[in-house]
Amino acid sequence: MNTKLLAAGLAVIASPALADTPVLTVLTYDSFTSEWGPGPAIEKGFEASCGCDVKFVTAGDGAALLARVKLEGKDSKADVVVGLDTNLTADATATGLFAPVAVQANTLPVPFTDPNFIPFDWGYFAFVYDKTKVAKVPTSFQELAASDLKVVIEDPRSSTPGLGLVLWVKAAYGDKAPQIWADLADNIITVTPGWSEAYGMFTEGQADMVLSYTTSPAYHLIAEKDDTKAAASFTEGHYMQVEVAGKLASSRQPALADQFLAYLTADAAQSVLITTNWMYPAKTPLEGLPKGFETLVQPVKALLMSASDAEAARAPAIAEWQAALSK
Amino acid sequence: MASRAVEIGPALGLSLAIAALILGSAVMVAARADSFALAAQDWQALRFTVLQASLSAAVSSLLAIPVARALFRRRFPWRGVLIRLLAAPFVLPVVVAVMGLLAVFGREGPINLGLAWLGLPEVSIFGLHGVVLANVFFNMPLATRMLLHGWQSIPSERFRLAQSLGLPPPAQFRHLEAPMLRAQLPGIFTVVLLICLASFAIALMLGGGPKASTLELAIYQSLRFEFDLGRAALLAAVQFALCAVITLAAARLTLPQGFGAGLGRRMEIAAASGWRRGADGLAIAAAALFLFAPLLAVVIKGLPGMGALPNGLWPAVLRSVSVAVISAILATGAALILATGAARSRGRAIELAAMLPLAASSLVLGTGLFLIVRPFVSPESLALPITVLVNTTLTLPYLFRLLLPEARQLEADYGRLTASLGLPRRTVLRFVTLPRLARPLGYGAGLAAALSMGDLGVIALFAGDGGATLPLLVQHLIGAYRLQQAAAASLILVAISFALFWAFDRLGSHYADA
Repeated sequence: MNTKLLAAGLAVIASPALADTPVLTVLTYDSFTSEWGPGPAIEKGFEASCGCDVKFVTAGDGAALLARVKLEGKDSKADVVVGLDTNLTADATATGLFAPVAVQANTLPVPFTDPNFIPFDWGYFAFVYDKTKVAKVPTSFQELAASDLKVVIEDPRSSTPGLGLVLWVKAAYGDKAPQIWADLADNIITVTPGWSEAYGMFTEGQADMVLSYTTSPAYHLIAEKDDTKAAASFTEGHYMQVEVAGKLASSRQPALADQFLAYLTADAAQSVLITTNWMYPAKTPLEGLPKGFETLVQPVKALLMSASDAEAARAPAIAEWQAALSK
Repeated sequence: MASRAVEIGPALGLSLAIAALILGSAVMVAARADSFALAAQDWQALRFTVLQASLSAAVSSLLAIPVARALFRRRFPWRGVLIRLLAAPFVLPVVVAVMGLLAVFGREGPINLGLAWLGLPEVSIFGLHGVVLANVFFNMPLATRMLLHGWQSIPSERFRLAQSLGLPPPAQFRHLEAPMLRAQLPGIFTVVLLICLASFAIALMLGGGPKASTLELAIYQSLRFEFDLGRAALLAAVQFALCAVITLAAARLTLPQGFGAGLGRRMEIAAASGWRRGADGLAIAAAALFLFAPLLAVVIKGLPGMGALPNGLWPAVLRSVSVAVISAILATGAALILATGAARSRGRAIELAAMLPLAASSLVLGTGLFLIVRPFVSPESLALPITVLVNTTLTLPYLFRLLLPEARQLEADYGRLTASLGLPRRTVLRFVTLPRLARPLGYGAGLAAALSMGDLGVIALFAGDGGATLPLLVQHLIGAYRLQQAAAASLILVAISFALFWAFDRLGSHYADA
């Protein structure tokens, strides 16, 4: 009974492969390919010029993506991986599964050099709040810790924003990071498994602030005409999340893969990314940023650990976070 | 002896298949590991997991007793509707339910507004008590419904006898209801305990921080973030061991209730009046308020977005409903085979195998299946069939637990008679088993369908282009900041889950009453 149904299901789902057109398989996180993500427009745009068929395969978020690459190993069917971030690239490079890629020009606020990955968008982590509810906005982690504001953050063990926050505190405070966490403990009402739950709790009014991005208010402003959300600017500087794409060494379509990576960083795709991922473009398109982005806070200092520093700092920083918040 | 072996053959075969699937997927994960070591904080996670699960299970089971008893004894308008609605919290997707709970017990909810109005300090929902509250919200209704089945399984002739003997309510409780509770409670406590052991989103979201980490979170972390397959496999083994110990301990504590067979007639039981009537009313009203206020919040939040539903909604609905219905039918069939098999067998092997999926982490199961199918086909092309397989497997223990006590009763009451008459198996199934098990079968199938609607864990591992199910779509909407649409899609998800549950449950009681 069971196997029959499985077989029937298989027959329905496994559609015949497209005859001659080459297929480019893109492994990415799942919100990338959703109706509201950049995937559909980028697929359409690239297919118009490449004479190929783009097929997306998804795997959770950025971290799950790397786990998937490792799980599949050398015989992965994917050609391109889109959506790792620089906190994961050292680990990704160490697998030896990624091939060098051609450098693309970028407009990142910090120098970016990685022979295996190209950045496609980026953002600053920040605490987002509601202007109508928070009167005195903290300007540093210390002020936040001293206030009685309630924040909701993501878990660094299960989400990339959570990991970004832990590295942010580490990059800003070094050895003093455990003290900052201890001081912040009474402000953190809860820790969620991922960004969605945290942001949901914030918009429901359960917390005064949520760990998100400086670009989050742009969504509310542009898509919802709601200007009540803002990001707090911290004097320590803001840690960055740089999202990158790479090519697998095992790809059977290396030329197409290179073409896709070039397309991803060109104007058309970059414009799509701004208002679907709600992040800054890796290379600002000719027409500039959409109206509304000029209202966002501009951090005084951009913080970003190098891939190898981030890799080395990750486990101890998470342990410090956990120890301080478990008391 | 030989005939017994034939009778339980299918159940044994099915048990082996389940064990192979669950243990096999864990072995596949372990086979890819380089090293095996638990992290220091894993032991803390184990302690917290057991603590929150035992507290939640104890509170859920104890609170269920007065509610189930009141529902059994009292007749009032909308009683049937209320009993069916009891399943609603259990079938809510976790994130939706947590948002509903927060709307009531959270910062801007009526409880805290009321406290503020009285000049009292705000009560935070976050912490161990919040985790227990959420688990009770989810599981108390399940426990209530299982207990209600227990009360209904006491032959009505016994109540009539008690009444004609003029037994006062305390004596009636001692002679009829206490033995039933003694027979049912260990099993119910176990199911709730096992469900709470495997939760991680509730504990993390409401626990208030990393001290509320569970084993399942550690598995998630090691599989998705660290790619430490050895640790994931070890953690899965710890979870299996824990579940096996609990299931076996509960099985030892379970005693048959021994009422003998009744005629299966329905009768009105004259319930005690006076203060007992008031107490029953209070129990029902309190439970209804506790369970339905968060649900109402989900409905209220979902309504504004109903005007602008996203495009991909209906295809996702279709996908989810097909998965849910197929999973429910398969799981019900499998559970019936296992429960009647277990009732006939003397050992505990079938029971243990049927409960095994509760101990399985859906992530380990999914990753194992991924590794198993990948050499042969691309996993994306199997996304839906694998989701069906996983949902069927993971919902099986609930169904089994619901069916087992009644299947045992059935075997005790009619097993010898049907055997001595030499009735063919098909006839026994049609005239004895199905009519008497119809109620729990319908209820179980409904639960399985609704749980499958809400399931998300595994499809995310296999999903390719555009094959989103409804829960995945909700996740996508939140990910794209579209919270209002997400709330509306959640409401649709809840409504459909509940409609499926209602349909199956109705079918069951219709058949039972016919």
